[in-house]
Amino acid sequence: MTQLPAPSMREAAETLGQSLPPLLAEAELLASTIMLGEHGRRRAGQGDEFWQYRPAHAGDATRMIDWRRSARSDATFVREREWQAAQSVTLWVDGARAMAFRSDRAGATKGERARLLALAVAVLLLRGGERVGISGSDTPPRSGKAQLLALADALSRSDMTAEYGAADADGIASHGRAVLLSDFLGHIEGVDEALARASDRGARGVLMQILDPAEEDFPFDGRTIFESMGGTISHETLRAGDLRARYLERLAERKDRLQSLARAVGWHFHCHHTGDAALPALLWLYRALEGGR
Amino acid sequence: MWMLGPVGFTAPLLLLGLSALPLLWFLLRAVPPAPIRRRFPGVALLLGLRDEEAETDRTPWWLLLLRMAALAAAIIAFAGPVLHPEKRDPGKGPLLIVFDGGWADARDWPRRIDRAALLLEEAARAGRTVAVIRLTDPPSDIDFQTADAWAGRLGALSPQPWVPQETEAWVAKLPEGGFDTFWLSDGLDHAGRSELAAALGKRGALTIFASTRPVLALHPASFADGAVQLAASRQPASDPVEVEVIARGPDPAGIDRELARATLSFGLGAGRAEAALALPPELRNRINRFEIAGLRSAGAVSLTDDSLKRRKIALTGGREDREGLRLLSPTHYIRQAVQPVADLVEGGVSDVLLANPDVIILADVAKLTQTEEDELLDWLDDGGMLLRFAGPGLAASDIARSAEDPLLPVRLREGGRSVGGAMSWGEPKTLAPFPETSPFHGLAVPSDVTVSSQVLAQPDPDLAQRTIAALADGTPLVTRKAVGQGQVVLFHVTANAEWSTLPLSGLFVQMLERLAVSTRPAAAGATDLAGQTWVAEVLLDAFGQKTDADAKAGVDGAALAKAIAAGPDAGLRPGLYAGADRRVALNAVGPDTTLSPAAWPAGTVIEGLEGAREQALGGSLLSAALAMLLVDILAAMALSGRMPRLARSAASAMLVALCLGLPEPARAQDGADATAIRATEAVVLAHVLTGDATLDRIAEAGLTGLGERLWERTSVEPDPPVGVDVETDELAFYPFLYWPVSASQPLPSAKAYAKLNTYLRTGGMILFDTRDADVTLGGGTSPEGAALQRIAAGLDIPPLEPLPKDHVLTRTFYLLQTFPGRYDGATVWVEAAPPDAEQVEGMPFRNLNDGVTPVVIGGNDWAGAWAVDEMGVAMFPVGRGFAGERQRELANRFGINLIMHVLTGNYKSDQVHVPALLERLGQ
Repeated sequence: MTQLPAPSMREAAETLGQSLPPLLAEAELLASTIMLGEHGRRRAGQGDEFWQYRPAHAGDATRMIDWRRSARSDATFVREREWQAAQSVTLWVDGARAMAFRSDRAGATKGERARLLALAVAVLLLRGGERVGISGSDTPPRSGKAQLLALADALSRSDMTAEYGAADADGIASHGRAVLLSDFLGHIEGVDEALARASDRGARGVLMQILDPAEEDFPFDGRTIFESMGGTISHETLRAGDLRARYLERLAERKDRLQSLARAVGWHFHCHHTGDAALPALLWLYRALEGGR
Repeated sequence: MWMLGPVGFTAPLLLLGLSALPLLWFLLRAVPPAPIRRRFPGVALLLGLRDEEAETDRTPWWLLLLRMAALAAAIIAFAGPVLHPEKRDPGKGPLLIVFDGGWADARDWPRRIDRAALLLEEAARAGRTVAVIRLTDPPSDIDFQTADAWAGRLGALSPQPWVPQETEAWVAKLPEGGFDTFWLSDGLDHAGRSELAAALGKRGALTIFASTRPVLALHPASFADGAVQLAASRQPASDPVEVEVIARGPDPAGIDRELARATLSFGLGAGRAEAALALPPELRNRINRFEIAGLRSAGAVSLTDDSLKRRKIALTGGREDREGLRLLSPTHYIRQAVQPVADLVEGGVSDVLLANPDVIILADVAKLTQTEEDELLDWLDDGGMLLRFAGPGLAASDIARSAEDPLLPVRLREGGRSVGGAMSWGEPKTLAPFPETSPFHGLAVPSDVTVSSQVLAQPDPDLAQRTIAALADGTPLVTRKAVGQGQVVLFHVTANAEWSTLPLSGLFVQMLERLAVSTRPAAAGATDLAGQTWVAEVLLDAFGQKTDADAKAGVDGAALAKAIAAGPDAGLRPGLYAGADRRVALNAVGPDTTLSPAAWPAGTVIEGLEGAREQALGGSLLSAALAMLLVDILAAMALSGRMPRLARSAASAMLVALCLGLPEPARAQDGADATAIRATEAVVLAHVLTGDATLDRIAEAGLTGLGERLWERTSVEPDPPVGVDVETDELAFYPFLYWPVSASQPLPSAKAYAKLNTYLRTGGMILFDTRDADVTLGGGTSPEGAALQRIAAGLDIPPLEPLPKDHVLTRTFYLLQTFPGRYDGATVWVEAAPPDAEQVEGMPFRNLNDGVTPVVIGGNDWAGAWAVDEMGVAMFPVGRGFAGERQRELANRFGINLIMHVLTGNYKSDQVHVPALLERLGQ
């Protein structure tokens, strides 16, 4: 970790302390509802868990002999461990301003839900021994509990001024996994391009679209000026109710497009609403990551 | 005032503002509703979408119309519209105000006075002199005075309980010179009215004020065909209408009450309606007046006199050994004489005494059993009248021979005597004139009444005093003696024609009448009244109310007879007049009174008493404008999409309701079913609504708290409690009712009592809580205790006892020995164990009602201890400190025990025997 000057480090620590604990605690709470173990490969290899004792044969280094076991018999035994392979999982959470939207004042914004899901799945993955990193930041995939703090820090810092986020495929490790969390309401071409580049490198992963219930329902009527969150895009209508059908049509079209894009490269696509509970989405996310292995 | 049709405007210039409305049309049309700015990330998907209709950038025409209508209504409202403004034409010269002043005026007298007061006011303003006359007064000189002088006297003017008579006499009293006349007519034609009207018309303008309400008159009731015949007349005879007639009289306690009610139906165009009212004699004899319900007028009241009273007469004949010979039957002539005017009961002495008759007639009954005799004596002491007739049976018996029989007035000689028969000398005897002391005095003695046989009285010292009728030879024919408050009368002849011709004559009937055995039929004739002085007992005023009659002098019978024929007048007011032996009613309306309408000379102005009233329209117009603006707000919000979608449907429903002026449409249709489903889905505790909001709220909070404790601690999981109205709600759904008793609680109706008793009998439980921690039963000092006693009096509550130590209530869930609420110590009462309950081994409970006591009565204010607010925090403090919390805990435990007791019945009382049963099984 780079050495920061003391005052800025303290400031960063305090910022982290303000935003992290709730998010982290919530993510841990969410993750704790899913039980999991290490992803054992059911064969001997590198790993922490005991696999079997086998008689030592020629070629085994002496230090590999388990003397405690061997002392109980005449033969010498080697203690083998189960092979555990760790994956690199890269998370990308859209931090654009569109993600700050929420229709219900009591509910969560899309960004909050995205970060929560990202961190929760990171907790799960890290606990499973995988390496988790964040794309587009200085948090490359690492394992261990300390990485969780770094992830949380990175997630809470990701503020962008762009209206809509563009998927970033740069940080995705080759043959690794990727999780893209966004509302995907921006230009579809960016997603297309990012997916192409990621799959070129052999990475596979998950697209999770996070939408607000209002975006799904379009419960507006009357003369309305719609503005994007940054205020740079606006659209005026005299009868918002009349637009509803066409809006929904376009939204469905967008979802179809994302689905087909994902399927083309062997990725998974899922649409999650902030009005729903986070746990089913997390379960789906975790299954999707697990299933592809 | 500027008039537009029937509407006048006080500030018509403001109406010019209406011309600004078209301007408003253009202004409003030009301004579209303001847009809402919304942040919405999905805008990226909206880009490029076009609106299909570009219409709503202008305010829709109907909204415009609404706004303009609102504005127009406001403008018109401020212009001060008045419907039917009164136009007054002030006259000149003196003004004569004429009241009819009879009973027909009484129904709307205050309005007539109001109208006259208005006339006086106008006259005072115009400086006119006024005179007010009442045609029911004797004609007197008319002098015109200032209106102010009359204003004070007008209030003291009241109608008279008779109708104007000889009104033409007023013509002579009219002053010289011209004057205008306002005649407040009652709408009826009176003697000489047209002459007076013509005379008044010659002096100046004659204006008639006539009420449009019909005049109703109730004729005196008569008795025919076993029922009271009621009749009423009306004028004018127009639409069909039903009139209720109430019969009033004292109840057994002497309090004046409504005794019966009949409906008279006037047909279309019928001026007279009749109805028969069949009543039991006890009730009928109590009636002292009939009145038309809701009408205050002497014409609507009819006093009843003796002609309506019917006596109940019991008739007991001797042995009926000669069946079929009707004319020889000892009771035949009596029955003939009495039947038209009295109610007859026939049977044995013991049987008829149960009917408590006024008179018992024994026809040739000699011997009575000791019991019958005792009963008869008791009845005589209470004022009964025993009328006995002699006969062969009595003559052959040996009663009253040596000593006087208590049930015979005199001692009798053996055998009797027979005169003028085939085997005897002499002629049949005739009757001597009745002496002055006799009740029969004055009755003519027909010469053809002869007596051939009789029983003879022993010449005792008081025989002469007891004889009230004798034969020509001086032997007594009728004797009488007082017994207690009653009397015994003996006719020394038979009741049939065997011994005398007396029963065949009219004298027989008259004698019975004089003895007050029977009453006179129909109304009294002039001859009955003449020669007596009649004293008023009750006098009526024009409103049909009783007035003081004490100070009135007696009136001559002839005058009374004349008044009954012609109607009452100033000298003889309507009322009830008592003579020597009867009472006669003089009513304002006689049986033959007809109501004829007043016809006025052509050219007379006739105004209704209540013409079209002035009615200011401004207020209603303003509120209409306000309502339209409210609708406009809703409509504008809906149009601009500012109304949340959820609220929209509700708002449109409200809009419809507002437009139609209707409250929410039928939702109570399935209310009963919904209540039933809700109450039966789970255990629902209920409390009785007392009408005291605070009390009901505490009861509900208490049951909520108890319900929460039950959820926490037991498997009983009650739904939120409900309040039930014992009058209207079905009780069968609720196993338990908490009834907080307040001193001011109204008593349940008879129907509610029936429901409550069914509830108690079918296993429901009521917890009565007087909440006063004081004496609850027995002592009855606290007002709540008294209220509880009043309420419980109608309930089917078994004998109670203080909750015994071994009652199942002490161990249904918790083991308890005290039952505190907010207070501790008041005795708790439950159904008493039967006296033999202890015989069953250790189980002092009956199996009645599943062993659930139907009531628990106490005063510990349990609901107060249970009560929790919305947050689940106790509402009221209990006791002090930890001890108080302990007491609350015990109160909760009592509640849980109680509900367990209600729901499990005697299960727990069986459970306590389980060890013993197991032990027995083991052996």
